[in-house]
Amino acid sequence: MTVMSYLGAIGAAQREAMEADERVIIIGEDVEANVYGTTGAGKSRKDKGDFLEMFGKNRIRNTPISEEGIVGAAAGAAMTGLRPIVDLSYSSFLYMAMDQFVNQVAKNRYMFGGQASMPVVFRSAMFYGLSTGAHHSDRPYPMFMNVPGLKIITPATPSDAKGLLRAAVDSDDPVLTFEACTLWGSKEEVDEAEYRIPLGVARTHREGSDVTVVAISGAVPEAIKAANALAEEGLSVEVLDPRTLVPLDREAIVASVARTGRLVVADPAHRTCGAAAEISALVAEEAFGSLRAPIVRVTTPDTQIPFSPAIEKQLYPDAMKIAAAVRRVCDVPEPAQETALSAR
Amino acid sequence: MADPDLVQLLTPEGERAEHPDYAFAGDDDTIRSLYRDLVLTRRIDTEATALQRHGELGIWASLLGQEAAQIGSGRALRRQDHAFPTYREHGVAWTRGVDPLSLLSLFRGVDQGSWDPEATGFGLYTIVIGAQTLHATGYAMGLQRDGVVGTDDPDRDAAVIAYFGDGATSQGDVNEAFIWASVFNAPVVFFCQNNQWAISEPIDRQTRIPLYQRASGFGFPGVRVDGNDVLAVHAATQAALQRAREGSGPTLIEAFTYRMGAHTTTDDPTRYRLSADLEHWKLKDPVERVHAYLTRHVGAGEDFFSEIAEEADALAVRLREGTRAMADPSILSVFDQVYVEESAELAQQRDEHAAYLDSFEDATDGARR
Repeated sequence: MTVMSYLGAIGAAQREAMEADERVIIIGEDVEANVYGTTGAGKSRKDKGDFLEMFGKNRIRNTPISEEGIVGAAAGAAMTGLRPIVDLSYSSFLYMAMDQFVNQVAKNRYMFGGQASMPVVFRSAMFYGLSTGAHHSDRPYPMFMNVPGLKIITPATPSDAKGLLRAAVDSDDPVLTFEACTLWGSKEEVDEAEYRIPLGVARTHREGSDVTVVAISGAVPEAIKAANALAEEGLSVEVLDPRTLVPLDREAIVASVARTGRLVVADPAHRTCGAAAEISALVAEEAFGSLRAPIVRVTTPDTQIPFSPAIEKQLYPDAMKIAAAVRRVCDVPEPAQETALSAR
Repeated sequence: MADPDLVQLLTPEGERAEHPDYAFAGDDDTIRSLYRDLVLTRRIDTEATALQRHGELGIWASLLGQEAAQIGSGRALRRQDHAFPTYREHGVAWTRGVDPLSLLSLFRGVDQGSWDPEATGFGLYTIVIGAQTLHATGYAMGLQRDGVVGTDDPDRDAAVIAYFGDGATSQGDVNEAFIWASVFNAPVVFFCQNNQWAISEPIDRQTRIPLYQRASGFGFPGVRVDGNDVLAVHAATQAALQRAREGSGPTLIEAFTYRMGAHTTTDDPTRYRLSADLEHWKLKDPVERVHAYLTRHVGAGEDFFSEIAEEADALAVRLREGTRAMADPSILSVFDQVYVEESAELAQQRDEHAAYLDSFEDATDGARR
């Protein structure tokens, strides 16, 4: 075990996959110079662990700034036997390649009578909460959840990032991984050895009996913070991270709500037709009889994301909002005195 | 040895040069005023970079090294022309009369772009690269339909200029704009500042031929100018705009220049390029060569240069003080511009957000609304 940051864990998974299988390649913008810190160890080219040095330009390649071209080229490479990892940097830039994503990558297996598979991983970072403006800050995984044929992962911790990304590279289906940059600096003990976390298996971060909080991506540490604070108020909160949105671990979510009888979903994406809506619908359909209170979603309002740091941060689910939602479903009044959360 | 494919009218040493197809239309007083614009633009950029480093701006996209490309092209525009910028066209903004403080308020996150595109003929900044080339082409087609192209009235005929960079030439949008402009003969000048770097990627990852040569494949002329030569840029842009106004269609201008700074203040170019390249380009500085020409051949003296330096200092003070005095926007304003007619769902979300903000101990109505 060694302490890794979220970004370091992604780099480790990529290196592991590259070493394990020559068919794994990395393409994207700024990957050769390791601008975002996931394709090498240090700042200098000569530092040990630099991907360009280790794997050469045939396997790690800067591309022209043509997202449709990048995604299309990766689809072609995947259909002819390579296993590309595509670095699209900002999640908001996926939109430039929508035809390739939706009509080609997602549908080609079907369109070619099952003769093609698409073993490609599309990585992108959700730069929200960092004052990067409306064109960089989106959390667009719900749009892609609506596209049959794509798998979607949203790792929230370094260990999950490493294991899920490694499994994604093994997948013969296309996988989109959405990495919240608010998590980049988070660190924890991670197994240096090769391991995989299967897609479609949720992780229970904290067990509880009063309410289930299903938290996604950057909302996970906020939900844990809220749960810890609420424990002092006598509320027992279960925090469950689905980790992959497609496939979704429906059993784990339904089983948890069956035990607790209450559901809060914390999701940094927009509210309408989001992952939180899908999870809420699932519980309403499958665990309605267990519910003791209406479901509450804690999401980002359906606004654009402002560049102003004074406005932006309050928009996303945070521990305080999640705690308020938990109190609401548990019918517990807001504490009169200052709490650990309100003092933050 | 001069590059025959590069239009240059003022050498890096400050000497005038001849070109068979292009001549600078102004006199020495015009060059003095261009010099003033170059110096003031560089100062705006320097101050903005410093303000970002002091935490007063969220980010800044420096134009250092590209002053001549922007001033030369911006000054070639007429009042009725319209420019579509990227996020780096601070010099063009200056030539269109946009108050630099309104650029800074944008980069401070105080507003989303407060200048009036119609009054200034200068569009709002576009972040996603290349997208504005399509908007520019559509606007140019609108000019055709308004009947303000090819009327022989110099106060009426109008053209459009679309700014973009070398990286954007790899975008589908830009190539589609070329096709549309070509087949509809739209009065648009595609002005590519080839600063040779797209964040960490050098120009050879975007093209194998000089970018201006791509125009011929789309069916319109292309020309490469020394982007650090304000006279050549002015002459080539003026000619291309006139061609567009007359109804002869689009032109691609490749202003060959160099991004002397980082992509933005979030970037560190020492990670991916050699400092020797920067030193080489410092010898081709767009401002210094005009200074040399004015000193050597026009007799501009200390009084002329010190007057501009004082003006730059005064501008810098105004920018610093003006930026620091800008108040944060109200938090709930983020709900204001999602729709013209707000939906009931969004109104409810606004109320919920207001209640959340009220739950803070230090909540004040003034800060919120």
